[in-house]
Formats: sequence, structure tokens, C-alpha cells
Amino acid sequence: MCNRTELARRLLRAAIAGSLLVPVAAFAVPGWYFQSPASPVAQEIITLHDLIFWICVVIFVGVFGTMFYSLWKHRKSVGHQAVQFHENTAVEVIWTVIPFLILLFMAYPATKTILAMHDTAASDMTIKVTGSQWKWNYDYVQEGFGYYSTLTTPLAQIEGREPKDENYLLEVDNPLVVPVDEKVRVLVTASDVIHSWWVPAFGVKQDAIPGFVRDTWFRADKVGIYRGQCAELCGKEHGFMPIVVEVKSKDDYAKWLGEQKQKLAAAAENPNKVWDEKDLVAHGQQVFNANCAACHQPTGTGNAAIGAPALVGDKVVLGPKQHQIDVVLNGQTDGVVQKAPTGGKMPSWSQLSDVDIAAAITYTRNSWGNKAAENVVQPADVKGERK
Amino acid sequence: MSTIPHDAIVGGLPHDEHAHHPKGIMRWITTTNHKDIGTMYLWFSFTMFLIGGMMALTIRSELFHPGLQIVDPEFFNSMTTLHGLIMIFGALMPGAVGFANWLIPMQIGAPDMAFARMNNWSFWLLPPAAIMLLLSLFVPGGAASGGWTMYPPLTVQSGMGMDLTIFAVHIMGASSIMGSINIITTILNLRAPGMTLMKLPLFCWTWLITAYLLIAVMPVLAGAVTMLLTDRHFGTSFFNAAGGGDPVLFQHVFWFFGHPEVYIIILPAFGIISEIIPVFSRKPLFGYASMVYAVAAIAILSFLVWAHHMFTTGLPAASILFYMYATMLIAVPTGVKVFNWLATMWKGSISLEAPMLFALGFLFLFTTGGFTGLILAIQPIDIQFQDTYYVVAHFHYVMVAGTLFAFFGGVYYWLPKWTGHMYDEKIADWHFWGSFIFFNVAFFPMHFLGLAGMPRRVPDYAQQFTDWNQVSTIGAFGFGLSQLLLLWAVLKCIRGGAPAPAKPWEGAMTLEWTLPSPPPYHSFETPPVVK
Repeated sequence: MCNRTELARRLLRAAIAGSLLVPVAAFAVPGWYFQSPASPVAQEIITLHDLIFWICVVIFVGVFGTMFYSLWKHRKSVGHQAVQFHENTAVEVIWTVIPFLILLFMAYPATKTILAMHDTAASDMTIKVTGSQWKWNYDYVQEGFGYYSTLTTPLAQIEGREPKDENYLLEVDNPLVVPVDEKVRVLVTASDVIHSWWVPAFGVKQDAIPGFVRDTWFRADKVGIYRGQCAELCGKEHGFMPIVVEVKSKDDYAKWLGEQKQKLAAAAENPNKVWDEKDLVAHGQQVFNANCAACHQPTGTGNAAIGAPALVGDKVVLGPKQHQIDVVLNGQTDGVVQKAPTGGKMPSWSQLSDVDIAAAITYTRNSWGNKAAENVVQPADVKGERK
Repeated sequence: MSTIPHDAIVGGLPHDEHAHHPKGIMRWITTTNHKDIGTMYLWFSFTMFLIGGMMALTIRSELFHPGLQIVDPEFFNSMTTLHGLIMIFGALMPGAVGFANWLIPMQIGAPDMAFARMNNWSFWLLPPAAIMLLLSLFVPGGAASGGWTMYPPLTVQSGMGMDLTIFAVHIMGASSIMGSINIITTILNLRAPGMTLMKLPLFCWTWLITAYLLIAVMPVLAGAVTMLLTDRHFGTSFFNAAGGGDPVLFQHVFWFFGHPEVYIIILPAFGIISEIIPVFSRKPLFGYASMVYAVAAIAILSFLVWAHHMFTTGLPAASILFYMYATMLIAVPTGVKVFNWLATMWKGSISLEAPMLFALGFLFLFTTGGFTGLILAIQPIDIQFQDTYYVVAHFHYVMVAGTLFAFFGGVYYWLPKWTGHMYDEKIADWHFWGSFIFFNVAFFPMHFLGLAGMPRRVPDYAQQFTDWNQVSTIGAFGFGLSQLLLLWAVLKCIRGGAPAPAKPWEGAMTLEWTLPSPPPYHSFETPPVVK
């Protein structure tokens, strides 16, 4: 009995503490309002929200002020006698018409913003964004290059084996880079399922629909780094495909663009270069962790539930290199768990460069105790296998 | 129909309570009695509510800390998916049908529902459907994990759990359609002499309109999931762009069902609230006719606003404007209802028993959810809120604090009639305050999370969202535990308590209060005459 009252008392205390947390936390925690805007549209959205929010607050106070007054004054326990009226046409017309007028007042600024948001004409540059499970691809269509952008938060942080760093889950290897104060038109599509490209600071959210291209735009007005996330459920790693946009000054952007083009030229030469085993393994580890580890695990132990085999001691990894290159380039469907959540097959990775594929394969052939007879795969080998 | 004496139908058989009915489990399997079936619906609904609640607590436990601790992401997605499906199709909709079964015949002065055997079947379809949904957790590939909205192409990828979900939705839809046909026929044909449509209690009116909504949209949902099924297995390309289809087509069809669906869930709750508030204000309902017209207006508008769920899919500006204006317009009839309820209380003689407490909690929190609905209707703002926790907060304010609170109020209001005993007011009051406080602790912070940019349906989140998620998880557990008080109050009331008179509430005016508590087996054997 004593225990029970003690438990009840504790529960009550927890309940009171819990309900007190709300107002207290509202002042203690910064994350309770929009991120600071970095584009005129995002600013406009906040202004619109605040206008409508405060109108709602005023109505709310009026309506529930009336209710609480009535609860206070018209209670049976204070002896109030019910007055038996049950209609009043004038009042009913008033409280139908006035809300309608308030709505008109709200609709006007909303309409203006919508029309502005849909005006994708006269843009300064165009970027094509492609969502896929579970990364983003940014294609600078007018410049002729593009790249993938993948989460870099290590699995150890996600699983709590390492402390989480500041931008936990909101950091990528290659952010989208855009110049400040330019109207960027964004073409959004997807290659597998629906994703949604969302950068809160720009007020842009556009679903990425496979087979269709939609467009939207933004004009960033502050230099800086802005972070968002995929906003449409797209499978098991939906929470792990962030969007990072780096807004650079016009000069810095021009410099960055030059570097990218140089790299592009250098990459064109690359496939014939012969790499050291050590360099391939080091680069391969990065490629593997960014692309392969989600299924095959960073330790190469695989995930039987989704049909991803262990690579440790695997006969493809230890066998002839040509077969493994073929599997990575073209994917594989036999011997897998059909209908597993990922579709249960080894996808094709032909979108990766020859260097990346060669490095990742070399890494699997020399790691976790693996030592294949043909343990080094050169970019030229991969190039030779492409059809 | 309503004028045929009951004896003429059963032809002289003894029809004392239960005299010619099997006992034990067979009583429940073979029953065609509206009260037995209503009871089964309500217990089924409560069971599903607890199961769906466990899933919600699994979700909230995983989200207590950033990082992955308890479940893997795929299972997490199955939890959010099944939580939604079970709460909507297992808890809220059957709950409303349970109230309809118990009350519609008694409120219109009828002996039973019009199609008694179909009534039995429409209930007994539900348990197999629920079992299929739950079994899907144990099949290869796991349960459906594409969200309760089942958007392709993601749901074309998933395993056989998705097929089980599709069949479960088909069966539940069939059950709903049969229930609706029964309710419409009962209300239109079995009313007591003198009860014109404009004398119908508001609960019956809201259900009449809801039943029409159900008949209109459940086949649309069945069509959508059938197309999904043939896309998955029979090589069609309704939603596959590579085959000439369009993934967004599914969303249009789904939400053409989905938006009326939210009114299917809330309108019967409006009906319950419209019964409770006048009784505990000891005044007739203010603006009866405008209440009926408002419900009808909401029902019609609900067919014209579906694309506001798709504001980020890239619709042309013209359709966005149309859907935004139409959505905003719903605020007008909804406002009329809220104002009418307030005017009913105004200058009344108000007392605060548990049904009234829940009705007031409903009014307060549902209106909050209505305001966030208006904010979400403004498309530029929705761009920031679509698929964030702001939306999660919004629909839990209207579904939980709206519909569920109305159901709680309804349970306490009619328990004396159903069981013949008064419930324990103290437990009921604790249940209210526990639910009210913890509901807000659980769901109010979700507005902040959404504003700050936390997407929904994620098993892990960036660290700036940690504090509000922790508050929310504490609230969710408090809310879940508070529901055990409901179970306690109901069981205690069934097993005993002060005997309830025929009319335990002095302000009650509808016909069910003219019957003894508990009411006889065939509610009204002789139709009462309504003046």
C-alpha cells in the first residue's frame, strides 16, 4: 500500500514536471521557430505565417475568452438558470460573413506570394537535382558537370558509439554550390521513388517525381551554408539523405566553377593512369563507405535480411576481378532475397567513375582479412568492362 | 416500415431478453442485435487503439534520443505506417460505427438496425482484416513501410506485407460500405412517426451525411489500392512513368478518398459533441438548422480540396489557388459549428461532469487544430510545413483531441444507458485531466519541431530537435498510461455501481433516455410518437 501511494506520488510529480516543461523549454531552447531566412521568398513566407498566426491568436482569445466567461458565470453551481433561446438569425449571419471577410483578407497576400513563387522565368542559371535512394545528384546542366552528394555522418555516430558532432545527419561530402543573389532555377526529378528537395532557409520544397521533371527556383541573398533534408518518405534511409547548399560570393563561385572544370579535365585523363595499391585502398574505403556500406556494412559483414551478402571471404570478391567488375557495373539479381525492402538486388553502380569503382573493388579485395589473388583493380580495367 | 408492429415480424415467438438466442461466445458470433454489435465495435476499436498506441510508443521511444537505439529504420517505418492504418481503420472508424449501432435505433425510436444480418457481417469482417495487418509484421520483408498513404513507387518496391495491407484495406472498406448502407436505410426508413428529418438528433444527422461520404469514397480507395496491386504483380503501369503512368495519379486518387475520410472521422464526433453540450448546459442546441447545413457544407467542400495534400508535388499556380481558396472556405462552416456550440453554452446552466469536460476539451483543442489547418491551407506556408512535424501536430489535434476526445465524452455520457450503472466520476475526471494535459505535452511541441524544420517519418534527427522530442515522448507515455483509467472506469461501471435511472442527465432530451437503463433487447418494440 505504501509502495502504491509512493508510486502514485512519483507519477503525479512526473506529470507536473512534464507539463511545466512546455513553457519553460519554450524559452530555454532555440529550435521552436523558422530557421532564419536566406531568400526573399523564405522571408515572405515567414511574414505571411506571422500575419495569419496572429489573426488566429486574436480569434482564439476572443472565442475562448467567451467560453471561459460563460463557464465561469453560467454555471449551475453558482445557481445560474438556463435561458431557453436557440436561434438568432442576425447573429448567425454575422458569424458566417465576418469569417469569410477575414479569409479574403488572408487570401490576398497568399495569392501574391504564390504567383511570385511560380515565376521561374529569367533565371540566371539552372541546376538539375535528381533524388535517388538515398543520395542527391546535382547536375550543372549549362556547365556540363555534376556530382553526387551523400551523407558523411559516420555510422558510429548514428549508433551512438562516438559522440555526435555539430552537424550530425546534416553534413554531406559534396554540397550544392551556388552564387549569392542569382536566380537559380532548379529542375527536380528522381530515379527510383519520390523524394522531396527541401531547403528551409530558401523556402523551397519540391517533390522529386521519377519520370517527371518539375521546376522551382530560389535566390539566396546571404553567403553561408544552409541545410535541409529529404521531405518525402523514400525508404529505410529516408532520414539520412540531407541537402547542404553552400552559397558563395560571385567571385568565389567563379573560382569554384573553374576548379571543377579543371578537375573534370583531369578526370578525363585519369582512367589510364596506373594507381598504387595503397592509394586505391585509401580512396576505395571512402567510396565503399559512402555507397556500399549501407547494405554490405562498413565491416563487410553484409545484411542477410535484405539479401546483401557478406564480402568477407566472398567468392566473387576473392575470385577473378573481371566478374566482380561486371557485378558492380551491371548489378546482380540472382541469389538475392526477392522482395526485400530495398528491392533485394545489387543495383548497378555504373554512375560512379572508373577510378571510384576500381578503388572500391580494390578495397574489398584487401580488407577485413580478404586477400584476393588478383588484389589490385586499375581504372583501366573498369573502363574496359563498360559496354 | 416503421409502422409495422414488431410482433407481426417475429410472429409470436417469445422475445424476452436473450430467450431465443445462444449464450456464451456464440451469442457474439451470431448476434444480429444492434447493441451487441455496437458493443463489439467499441471493444474492437479500443483494442486497436491500444495496439496502435503501443506502436506510437515504440516510435516515441526511438525518438527520445537522436541516433538509432531501439529499432532499425525499416521497422520504424513499418511502425509509422501501421500506427496510421490501425488508428484510422481499426480504432476511429469502427469506434464511430459502434456509437452508431448503439444509438441510432434508440435515438429514432426503432427496434434495431434495418439490415440486422448484414450488420453482423460488417462487424465480423473487421477482425480478420486487423489480423492480416498485424500478421504482416511477421512475413518476409516485414510489414508495409511506405506510410499509411502508400505512395508508389515506394510501395511497389516493398514485400508481401504490402499485399496483406492492400487486402486488409479492401476488407475494411467493404465493411464500412455495408455499415453505411445499413445506417442510411435505418435513418431514412425506421424513424418513429412524427420524427421528420429536421427533428433528427444531430448525432443521427452527422452519421447520415458521413455514411454518404463513405459510400462515395471507399470504392475510390479500393480502386487506388487495386491499381497498386496490379502494378506490383501484374505488370500494369498506372503509377510507373516508364510504362506511361504517373506516380502522382495515385496521390490524386488517394486524396480524393483521403480528404473526405478526415471528415468521415470528425463528423460523427461533431454529432456526439452536439448531443453533450446542450445536455450539460441545460439548453437546447443553438442553431439546429445551421448545424445541419454546416455539416452538409463541410461534406460537399471535402470533395473539392484534396490537392491541398499535394501542394509540393508541383501543381500549376491556377490549381494551387483553387485548392487553397476551397480549403480556406471550410473554415466558414466549421466556424459556424464552434460558434453554435458556444452560443449553446451561453447563459445556460452549466455543470462539468466527465462528458462535458471532454466536450470542452474537444472544443478547445479541435479549434486549435482547426487554426493550424487554416495556416496549412495557405500554400506558401504549407511549402515549409508539408511532411514536417507541424502536420503531425495538426492532425493529431483534430483526430485525437477531436474525434477521440468526443468518443471518450460519448462513452461517459451513454455508459449509464448502456450498462444500467453510473460510472465513477472521480476516475473519469482523472482520465480527462490525464488525457488533456499529456496530450498537449506530447503534441504541442511538435508544432515547434515542424517550424524548426524536422521532417516526419524519420527514425533519427539532428541534435537541435532533441529537447522537444524528449518532452513529446514523456507526454506520449503519460497519455498512453492515462487510457488505462478509461479501461478501469468502464470495467468498474459494467460490473456495478449506483443504478442509473432511465434519464440520469436532467438536460437530456433525445429518445434513448425514455428507455430504461439498460434498454430492452429490442429497443423500441412499439414506435414512440414524436410531436
